[in-house]
Amino acid sequence: MSAPTAPSRPPSRPRLGVFKFASCDGCQLTLLDCEDELLGLADEWDIAHFPEASSAVASGPYDLSLVEGSVSTPEHLQRVRQVRAASRYLVTIGACATAGGVQALRNYAGIEEYLATVYARPDYIQSLATSTPIAAHVPVDFELRGCPIDRGQLLEVITAFLAGRKPAIPNHSVCFSCKRRGNVCVTVAHGVPCLGPVTHAGCGALCPTYGRGCYGCFGPADTTNLPALVPLMHRDGMDDADIARYLHTFNVTAFTAVEEEGPG
Amino acid sequence: MSQSPDTSRILSVPALTRVEGETALRLRIHDRTVTEARLSIYEAPRFFEALLRGRAHTEPPDLTSRICGICPVAYQLSACRAVEDACGVDVDGRLARLRRLLYCGEWIESQTLHIYLLHAPDFLGHDDVIGMSRSEPAHVRRGLRLKQTGNAVVELLGGRAVHPVSVRLGGFHRTPTRTELRPLAERLRVALDDAWDTVQWVAGFDFPDAECEADLLALAEPGTYAIESGAPTVVPYDATHPAWSFPLRTFCDHVTETQVPHSTALHSRLDGRRHLTGSLARYAVSGHLLSPTALEAAAAAGLDDPPLRQGRDGTGPGTVCRNPFRSILVRAVEVFYAVEEALRIITEYERPASPYVPVPARSGVGHGATEAPRGLLYHRYAFDGEGRVTDARIIPPTAQNQGAIEEDLRRSVQAALDSGQDSEAELTRLCERVIRNHDPCISCSAHFLDLNLETACPHPTGPV
Repeated sequence: MSAPTAPSRPPSRPRLGVFKFASCDGCQLTLLDCEDELLGLADEWDIAHFPEASSAVASGPYDLSLVEGSVSTPEHLQRVRQVRAASRYLVTIGACATAGGVQALRNYAGIEEYLATVYARPDYIQSLATSTPIAAHVPVDFELRGCPIDRGQLLEVITAFLAGRKPAIPNHSVCFSCKRRGNVCVTVAHGVPCLGPVTHAGCGALCPTYGRGCYGCFGPADTTNLPALVPLMHRDGMDDADIARYLHTFNVTAFTAVEEEGPG
Repeated sequence: MSQSPDTSRILSVPALTRVEGETALRLRIHDRTVTEARLSIYEAPRFFEALLRGRAHTEPPDLTSRICGICPVAYQLSACRAVEDACGVDVDGRLARLRRLLYCGEWIESQTLHIYLLHAPDFLGHDDVIGMSRSEPAHVRRGLRLKQTGNAVVELLGGRAVHPVSVRLGGFHRTPTRTELRPLAERLRVALDDAWDTVQWVAGFDFPDAECEADLLALAEPGTYAIESGAPTVVPYDATHPAWSFPLRTFCDHVTETQVPHSTALHSRLDGRRHLTGSLARYAVSGHLLSPTALEAAAAAGLDDPPLRQGRDGTGPGTVCRNPFRSILVRAVEVFYAVEEALRIITEYERPASPYVPVPARSGVGHGATEAPRGLLYHRYAFDGEGRVTDARIIPPTAQNQGAIEEDLRRSVQAALDSGQDSEAELTRLCERVIRNHDPCISCSAHFLDLNLETACPHPTGPV
């Protein structure tokens, strides 16, 4: 018998799919940014569907599907159901897939105005009036936050599903991560407006580490007290319109829902 | 597929792989003549120009970085330059050099991603980098290490590789200390060898003959290989016409966008002519300004001297490389140069006195352009008296390249048909290669792409 030429792999590996809806590709790129882990990952998983990285595109079923992007066109409405039907577990990755993304700003304006601004012939374009998260259309097994997602958290989610356990992704606010990192609070010490107290952890408190206020790219934390934060932002020079713009970016739908809850 | 020479057929590839974003290709062939080549970009439109309206002048860098996860720094810095132009602020000196360092990081990681993960598998007959890693493990490990070093530059300066957080109008939220940069220099020294070896490796690939029939457009900056600034400069396809430049503020007068029914990307023309941006254009416009070692790498890779450089033996100018298959060589040379540049900037680095210069809002219009890894990226913003965006215009490289890519497809498939090639699988594979040569970035272009080679025309307006 000849010696094996490739490292031995389990005979039947679980199948991974990566799917894209309306997005910037940054979250699926995060998978390719796992330079140290990529080849090992490919030993553990059969990467069956990842068109951005491979010409070998295999049909389902998939044991784990990572879904990037929001539902934004009539075609997406159909495809999201097909992906769900073909997937044992479906995990959304990033703010577009979990909250509709920055393109959901159009949900609060008129689609006609948006179309006419970008395209001279809006009638050529097929777009839904709204950009919505995957979970608005099909059941989702886990939502990974972030614009973009964090590489370490992505690896944790993939590893957890491989091992059949719950991903260890904390639900607390950025403030916890910021304290743990030993940062001086930018709001308390420097009067810099910061969404850290109401924003979901996961980035490692990057913005305060780099001297700026958090801009909420991981969306709201599970429990928030936005009414307590607003006066601080007023104190630091923001008016209501500034605060609205600050909250209405990459997770506009999720923060709008928090605003509408009002003081709890 | 019909073998009958007098039937029409359409070759279609419904979903192009190993490109960023979603595009389809469709070619119509009648009597063995390619009558139409279309790149249909079905990437969902995200309406950035519209959602920017009413936003504060500080917001375009972070908002527009979300157009593309593969070149966010390009978006951030084109946006910064446009807003700063509108506000009458020029960022120069140490802060400008630090921006160039950040951009070098993105060039290293993004171009290495294309070389190793997206493009090289075409030359070596693999579906992807995973397959390639089984026959070329050392090469793949080197590629991943090089890409990681590019990411490390962006992560150190910007906090994370995708949508870094430290860029702001006027400079940075925080600048690194010299000490913080030191470990990066160590990694870049290793990367210098990896980048040199990459040039040698890709130089060994087989390159089909091809010529991209288009004017070449790239930024030019006196004395340096333009990356983060410069004046738009054209090397015409007709070699009897000299290279010429135009002021950035007249960009929209020269590069005009029209909408076509088959694409969510807008098509651009340069003074009514087909044009190409990206590595081939940059090498034609600025190649003579590469460092001596980068030029040595280019020569070792078999690239001709860039057109504006006198020949090595003093015999005269070099030539314009127009073969898109050889773009991978130029990309590899550019990666080598970016590593050198990053090392040079770090070696000479003095921490700026302040991390940014103030950029107060005012009403006006500003223009900004930088060389994204895939080509020239232009932003234009208009602001009202309170500094709110009243109008935004973004012209990404892939939308500009779409016409040239379609012409490349037409010529390549025609040449294959003329040489008797008729296998649909082979023609389709050729089309995919032709498109990947240009490293299209589809998310950018939908404002933008899917590959359809079809044999009849069921959808007169293109795939839906």
